[in-house]
Amino acid sequence: MQFLPELTLLGAGLVIFIVSLGSARAATTRNIAIGLGAAIFGATLLSCNQSGNLFFGAYQVDLFSQVFKMLIAGAMFLVLLFGQKLKGISEKVYPEYYLFLFMSVLGLMMLVSSVELLSIFVALELSSFAVYIMVPMRDDSGKFRFQMEAGIKYLLFGVTATGFMLFGMSYMYGLTGSTELSVVITKLSTMWDNPAAVISMMMVLSGFFYKLAIFPFHFWVPDVYEGASNETTAFIASVPKLAAVAMLIRLVSLISGDGQVILNILMVCAVASMFYGNLSALVQTDIKRMLGFSGIAHAGFVLLGILTFQITGYANAMYYIIGYVLMNLACFLVICTVSEKGENVMIEDLSGLHKRSPIMAFTLAVGLFALAGIPPFVGFMGKFMLLAGALREGYMLIVILAAINTAIAIYYYLSVIRVTYCSDPEERALVSPSMLTSATSVVLLAVILFMGISPQRFVDYASTVVQTIM
Amino acid sequence: MDQLLINPDYPHILSTLIFLPLAGAILLLFVRNEYFARYWALGITTLTAILSIPLIKAFDPSTSSFQFVEQVDWIQSLNIQYVIGIDGISILLVMLTTLIMPLCVLASWSYIKTRVQAFMVCLLIMECAMLGVFMALDFVLFYILWEAMLIPMYMLIAIWGGPRKIYASIKFFLYTLAGSVMLLVAIIWLYIHNGYSFFIPDMMWQNYSSTAQIFLFLAFFLAFAIKVPMFPFHTWLPAAHVEAPTAGSVILASVLLKMGTYGFLRFAIPITPEATMTLAPAILWLSIAGIIYGGFTALAQSDMKKLIAYSSVGHMGFVTLGIFVLNTAGVEGAILQMINHGITTGALFLCIGMIYERTHSRELRDATGVGKHMPIYVTFLTFFSLSSFGFPATNSFVGEFLILAGTFKHNIWLALAAIPGAVLAAAYMLRMLQKIIWGGTDNPDQSWIKDLNLREIVTLAPFLFFVFWIGLGAEPFINIIHVSVENLLNNYHGFHSQVAAVTELIIQ
Repeated sequence: MQFLPELTLLGAGLVIFIVSLGSARAATTRNIAIGLGAAIFGATLLSCNQSGNLFFGAYQVDLFSQVFKMLIAGAMFLVLLFGQKLKGISEKVYPEYYLFLFMSVLGLMMLVSSVELLSIFVALELSSFAVYIMVPMRDDSGKFRFQMEAGIKYLLFGVTATGFMLFGMSYMYGLTGSTELSVVITKLSTMWDNPAAVISMMMVLSGFFYKLAIFPFHFWVPDVYEGASNETTAFIASVPKLAAVAMLIRLVSLISGDGQVILNILMVCAVASMFYGNLSALVQTDIKRMLGFSGIAHAGFVLLGILTFQITGYANAMYYIIGYVLMNLACFLVICTVSEKGENVMIEDLSGLHKRSPIMAFTLAVGLFALAGIPPFVGFMGKFMLLAGALREGYMLIVILAAINTAIAIYYYLSVIRVTYCSDPEERALVSPSMLTSATSVVLLAVILFMGISPQRFVDYASTVVQTIM
Repeated sequence: MDQLLINPDYPHILSTLIFLPLAGAILLLFVRNEYFARYWALGITTLTAILSIPLIKAFDPSTSSFQFVEQVDWIQSLNIQYVIGIDGISILLVMLTTLIMPLCVLASWSYIKTRVQAFMVCLLIMECAMLGVFMALDFVLFYILWEAMLIPMYMLIAIWGGPRKIYASIKFFLYTLAGSVMLLVAIIWLYIHNGYSFFIPDMMWQNYSSTAQIFLFLAFFLAFAIKVPMFPFHTWLPAAHVEAPTAGSVILASVLLKMGTYGFLRFAIPITPEATMTLAPAILWLSIAGIIYGGFTALAQSDMKKLIAYSSVGHMGFVTLGIFVLNTAGVEGAILQMINHGITTGALFLCIGMIYERTHSRELRDATGVGKHMPIYVTFLTFFSLSSFGFPATNSFVGEFLILAGTFKHNIWLALAAIPGAVLAAAYMLRMLQKIIWGGTDNPDQSWIKDLNLREIVTLAPFLFFVFWIGLGAEPFINIIHVSVENLLNNYHGFHSQVAAVTELIIQ
């Protein structure tokens, strides 16, 4: 039972593999994949209260890991649901695409359970390599092949980040003589005056910074978001970020004593991410690029919770990333639906969306208002609690800078809403979302609103969850 | 918590007022019938207005405590409560909001032709948020409603607005939001320095350090001055007013602008009294600048809506002037003038909207000489215009008189500087009135224009009623606000004598 979600994923991979051997119809493959996604989500729900140790202590199953597995599976299931048509992928490779998707999720699930340097590395690589292949699998009928460029960029930046991480791990092992996270970080915490300790820690963190797209490991974001198919981007923009936040919390929460140096570095990264992301997003014309840059800014906000080194801070970060994933998925749901043949969606392509499909326009508006941090949605509550937590620790300057960023960000979100609501569709085709997509969007909107109005139980639960790894 | 009074006769009246429009809006989301949407919105807003009348009856004007209080824990981990209540400062604004909303629905009856349901949903959500802002006693609750209000207002301008609606709506949204982000930081700072509580009455009259007060005050000032709007933060207002549909302009002028001045009274003065003392002169002169600037700019307008919009800048300058002279006459006059401006300017925007529905132009020269063909209309317009520049026996006279009396008591130069504003108001309003009623020899042919119909007369009549009620018998209104204002000012002056005593002690 402890290993149930992972086993289900492996089984799902096998099923898809068998499907890929035959010549199943595209629709069949899609339905099988959605069914498997539901099964995986169910398995994570079933094993939610499990706990224990596997593989000689390298693999920890606790409430923290299980909750994150549930979130990862839930986000993946949502992506499968609204991206079911897989418009941007050639029908021939549907089974392979799903296979790599499941393998990547398997890597992420293993990652949140890993408490040992080597298992972290193996899990991270498994999740990354599957996505490296998913990016160039896009089918643009042989026109520009910019998905290849995106894939190569993603791979090269990814390998560099992992290289940093591996190098940092070697330092960690050299300094502490162990690969177990709890031992390593506890020992490192006693030697922050040693530059090697700080450097090794930062290098290991950089691997997760890369997944979460935090400055200065964000360079892949715009091009990969643009080059990958809409469904792949929806996946990259949401699911791995959950795992990255989980691992950041796991690592940082083990730091004891005076982590001032690490704190300063995290602060700089957070502020730089916010400004870089928001300022760059101002001038984008492709909505996926815009969301990519906004994602960098939001990652900076998540760091704001982590750098408090408090349980409430970690819980706020967790609440915020869940909210972010939901808001982001709401936007990507609209992008995937509006895109007719899987092409990229420019902001001006959304013109008059309110006439072409009122529910999609409404979903997008709520998603963007929520991302902008306007109450009563989850984005506001998340930001509010992060700012309150940071100010409680006395970080006045960073809170003011973050507040200024909220004001900058509103402009580009509002520009998109303006296009959807205030311009004419001209000759653009009607958008008719399927029942399943509409239902998914209604559920997403309800959760975004509910989490914003009544954050109490979510944050309390997040605190309980974080408590288990302290 | 001794400042709170729970009124057992009306246990949930304020919540009902807030949530009734919201519930109406949610139901309206599922309806696809335009006629039903109009009648439904009218019914809900009228019901809210009727339900709010017991407030004024049961309100106890002899206490400055918050009344009709409701208190429920909302987010325990952050100590955020759902706590609402009203005192003498907010009750009239609440009444103004509830009473003006049915008239806004009536004014949009035939003006709004596309997406009627969505329009009515926006109006109802606006009502919910506006009432909440005036009632909230928890700072987070206040901030949430304050910000949430931007979305429906943005939609009102951006979807149903005039030709430059996109520019106007974005400017409105950005200006207001950018102004209030520092308010959020200030709120969190206050939370941490008040034993982790967002309860507004507990934040008042505390001894925060002088530097902290200055920063808090600046954060408040930025948010509220943009909302008022005070010169030089007013540039979003003409754009938003001109492009908004009639109902949007009325809400903007009558209620939204009052939130800025309400914010000064509710937050800036009680929470940062020392900084208020230090910075009041600057704000007073900014008010004068607003009065004069608004007057001159209004004089030069050929677009009627713009004219009224700039006159708002001037009138709101009088309100901030009255607030920051910090004596009884000034503050009472300011609160009364907030109500008056809501009534008069709201009515003027309705009048302009009625002309616009007929001629599809807001230009003054296209509306010249309609007096001959619209006798009922110009009768209304004349009274509202007279009220706008403070003609005796109308409501604004009482408010402006009190403000000027307070200003004279405070500083005679300031009062002398404000007088030209009152003269300018007469100049631009009479100029508009003359053109609309008589015009000149080159009037366009207006003979096809029909006079007001019954619905329009019903829309305007309540405004006229209040113009004369407040103008001839302001006593009951002043009685309602008097104790709360006295309490505010006593606390303020008490706080300063206390500070002065401590300083003297230190010097000795």
